[in-house]
Amino acid sequence: MNKLTARIDKERLLLGLAAPLLALVAAIVVTTLVILATGKNPGAAFSDMLTYGTASDSQVYILNKATTYYLAGVAVAIGFRMNLFNIGVDGQYRLAAFIAAVLGGALTVPGWIAIPLIILCAMATGALWAAIAGILKVTRGVSEVISTIMLNSIATAVIAYLLQPGKLAELQSGGTVVSTTPLPKDSYFFSIDTGPAGELWGFIVIAALVGVAYWFVLGRTRFGFDLRTVGQSESAAAASGVSVKKMVATSMIISGAVAGLIGMPTLLNDSHQFSNDFPAGIGFTGIAIALLGRNHPVGIALGALLWGFLERTTNHLEFEGYDKEILGVIQGVIVLCVVIAYEVVRRYGLKRQQQRVGAELAAQAAAPTEKQEVA
Amino acid sequence: MRRVAKLSAACIASAALALTATACGSTSSEEDSSSSTTDGGKGVKIGIAFDVGGRGDRSFNDSAARGADKAKEEFGGEIKELTAKSSDTEADREQRLSDLADAGYNPIVGVGFAYAASIGKVSAKYPKVSFGIIDSVVDAKNVNSITFTEEQGSYLAGVAAALKTKKNHVGFVGGVDTPLIKKFEAGYAQGVKDTKPGVKVDVQYLSRGTDLSGFSSPDKGKEAASGMLDNGADVVYAAAGSSGNGAIEAVNGVKGAWAIGVDSDQYNIPGLAKYKSSILTSMVKNVDVGVYDFVKSVHDGKPLTGVNNYSLAKDGVSLATSGGFIDDIKPQLDAAKKKIVDGTIKVKTTP
Repeated sequence: MNKLTARIDKERLLLGLAAPLLALVAAIVVTTLVILATGKNPGAAFSDMLTYGTASDSQVYILNKATTYYLAGVAVAIGFRMNLFNIGVDGQYRLAAFIAAVLGGALTVPGWIAIPLIILCAMATGALWAAIAGILKVTRGVSEVISTIMLNSIATAVIAYLLQPGKLAELQSGGTVVSTTPLPKDSYFFSIDTGPAGELWGFIVIAALVGVAYWFVLGRTRFGFDLRTVGQSESAAAASGVSVKKMVATSMIISGAVAGLIGMPTLLNDSHQFSNDFPAGIGFTGIAIALLGRNHPVGIALGALLWGFLERTTNHLEFEGYDKEILGVIQGVIVLCVVIAYEVVRRYGLKRQQQRVGAELAAQAAAPTEKQEVA
Repeated sequence: MRRVAKLSAACIASAALALTATACGSTSSEEDSSSSTTDGGKGVKIGIAFDVGGRGDRSFNDSAARGADKAKEEFGGEIKELTAKSSDTEADREQRLSDLADAGYNPIVGVGFAYAASIGKVSAKYPKVSFGIIDSVVDAKNVNSITFTEEQGSYLAGVAAALKTKKNHVGFVGGVDTPLIKKFEAGYAQGVKDTKPGVKVDVQYLSRGTDLSGFSSPDKGKEAASGMLDNGADVVYAAAGSSGNGAIEAVNGVKGAWAIGVDSDQYNIPGLAKYKSSILTSMVKNVDVGVYDFVKSVHDGKPLTGVNNYSLAKDGVSLATSGGFIDDIKPQLDAAKKKIVDGTIKVKTTP
């Protein structure tokens, strides 16, 4: 029996690795075909991606981007683990970053007080915005997919209304950029100077901590167990005494709080203000990354790094004369391949399991008859 | 077992494909790098970082592209173009500009205010390279800030709209409610009101705040313009990047209605030739002049720096006369232009 479980675990590991690898290989093949179709040399493109993407300044860029993407991936994954599609991560982080930027610009306290306050404010804003969808779901049964999409638009409108000169923002010189009051220098988050390669954002530490907390809470606590149970079967969870409604609301709020962190690396390490060119759409990137990483803390990190790598290198591909749309194609193909590959591998694993169980039962059934015959 | 064999065969086949692809890559990349070291030398190497939409938006970016093309024709050399994506972050814009600077391009032009912050940073890193920024102001020694008085040109567009409307009802479609586009709206509305106080002006923005999609969504432009036309407007001015193409298309579907183009002389844009009978005029923003002047100054060894404002007085903005649809109201337009130039009319920059 021991031998059997060991074999299953090994096989499960192999299957787990097979899916993302299969997806990546398939994505590379499709991308190759697309580049060939545009009349360019795919080999040169891939080798340029490799050499350019591994340069030291590219590494810093990728890590900085991945910091933001990792937080986005985790925020989405928390919902996914419990079968909640928090499409609203996008609106949650933008609103959170905006409110936190306003607060940060107004604070005059020393940095060691201001920075935690800004971060907490962002988490609270994200949590509150997500809570609206959570409460609507548990009290009125509104699908969180619909409500969070709508809340995204409302967040955009709220920001557009408040981000006006004379309200919570000011017009910068040149008269084209509106932004909140810049944070005082004291409120900048620390960053690691890597010389000519650029500055590595210190927020990567927070992102790593969030990853550890995500792993611990989901895998090692009662709460995490309840959350996963609800995700797998609501009725089973309810039967074992878990309040499903409470879990839905709580996990939505936690997802929103983590979503609130997404804008923080940019705000505290880079832009130091919220302006009308603050990056948008990262919440949707987070969905792709959570899918790619199978909601696993390490998987999401790999997905985030891959995304950063792709953006960095395809930016340079455009410089080399390839079409800039290649990035979108590669990303789309990867996500599609991942979804398909996981399903293929899951079904394959299921079949293998059924076959093995069948074979075992057959062997058990066959064993006594054999003896009878001998006797 | 057969399935395992099939699956692994598929894996190996695709991996092999991928491997062959990378294997042949190493040689051609060497060719690539050797060819890139030999080029250059004569003329100017112009690097252009376009805003979302890029070359071919028939509007703002195209105007910048024309300026660069003209400079290239005259001085020789080459142009390297990179284009922004709507999902860009600051780091992407910095990378784009740094890539250009690293490859020896000089001057480098950032088209659009989105590049303001990144040009500020990158220009400090490459003090020997001349940078140009359009529609914004960057305070650095090696940066030329190219700005335009859009509100003055839009005022004239407003005068033309007021004189041409038969239903006393006109519309304005803005791409995104940024301060820049509000300058267009403010000037337009003022021009309309000063000419015919009774004319109603509908205003609609396609996207707001941080959502910049309104500059590159012809479908949204078409919808907004159709809405205004249904509402009774018969002249629509669209300042919305490539979304304006949609607005022009919508106006073309309604008899007697006029569209006013923006940035480029859209009557003469081949891609819009189908609709040109509906294009009353265009508020031309001579970004090409700004870009050309800048490239020329670098070519002459005396790069422009500081703020260079291209106003109505300097013909930085103007109304296009192609098609001859506004020839009959020329006296009124000239009178308005004269009043703006001599300062009798002060055009507002905010609505």
